[in-house]
Amino acid sequence: VTAQQFQVGDRVRTRATRAPGHTRLPQYLCGRRGRVESVHGPVPLADERAHGGERAARAPRPVLYTVAFDGTEVWGEAVVLSGPLSIRADLWDTYLEPDPEASP
Amino acid sequence: MKHDSDHEHASSSGMTARLAALVATLEAKGIVSSAQIETALAEFLSRARPENGAAIVARAWVDPDFLARLLSDANAALDELGMDMSHWARVKLRAVANTETVHNVIVCTLCSCYPVGLLGPSPDWYKSPEYRARVVREPRAVLEEFGLRLDPATEIRVWDSTAELRYIVVPRRPAGTEGLTERELATRVSRDALIGTAICQ
Repeated sequence: VTAQQFQVGDRVRTRATRAPGHTRLPQYLCGRRGRVESVHGPVPLADERAHGGERAARAPRPVLYTVAFDGTEVWGEAVVLSGPLSIRADLWDTYLEPDPEASP
Repeated sequence: MKHDSDHEHASSSGMTARLAALVATLEAKGIVSSAQIETALAEFLSRARPENGAAIVARAWVDPDFLARLLSDANAALDELGMDMSHWARVKLRAVANTETVHNVIVCTLCSCYPVGLLGPSPDWYKSPEYRARVVREPRAVLEEFGLRLDPATEIRVWDSTAELRYIVVPRRPAGTEGLTERELATRVSRDALIGTAICQ
């Protein structure tokens, strides 16, 4: 189990690039700013589990969160002109960093 | 929304060939027989039906306390109804409710994660690259192709099943159904309403 960086309501930013190999951070959500919507506790990391065998058995268990992103943040203004959009995704702690633009 | 495409057929036939090769290898090594696989699959599919999801929603419509429990801990609420996720014990279910101002829709942009035990096998369009790419980018256009036109002020909340959670939408109860029984209400809940590409009439 690794440390829990974030609490509900915290502003976060996803990693700018996807890790090599199997990962569950979608490309379209890379480098996007969002807010922690819920915390699900430690869950074995899919990036390691996908390898199977010993590596899967030793997979770290970072905390899993649901993170809410505004449609404008993800796609720009054009999409939101047709109405409000929020995208929610389940992302591991290791995919996230504090939003550098959030006030402390 | 175009519900099938050459691309989809090409990729699913490739998958069929890979599956056949895997089953042949397992049989050759004496690990499992295709008869055992058929039996396990038939047993699972006999319980994995959209009527499960519909029954959950109908209970939530008639019992506000159940709805509250469903939204806060869906797996525990399923236990109350004698249901489970069936296929994968550690999968956590989350129910998300539509309101006057929010419409929910589920997708798995990375692959095809879906609460099979509660909704039955997923429709081909749910697994199509087209749905998966478009519903997060232009959900209003996609929903209109399904015949669902939402108020422009309604917030669309797209739940991308990227990890260990599976989602089910709790649609709004249709007007004029006050006199219906729970069983009758369940017949108003379609599979697509549980995904969020339809509403209940």
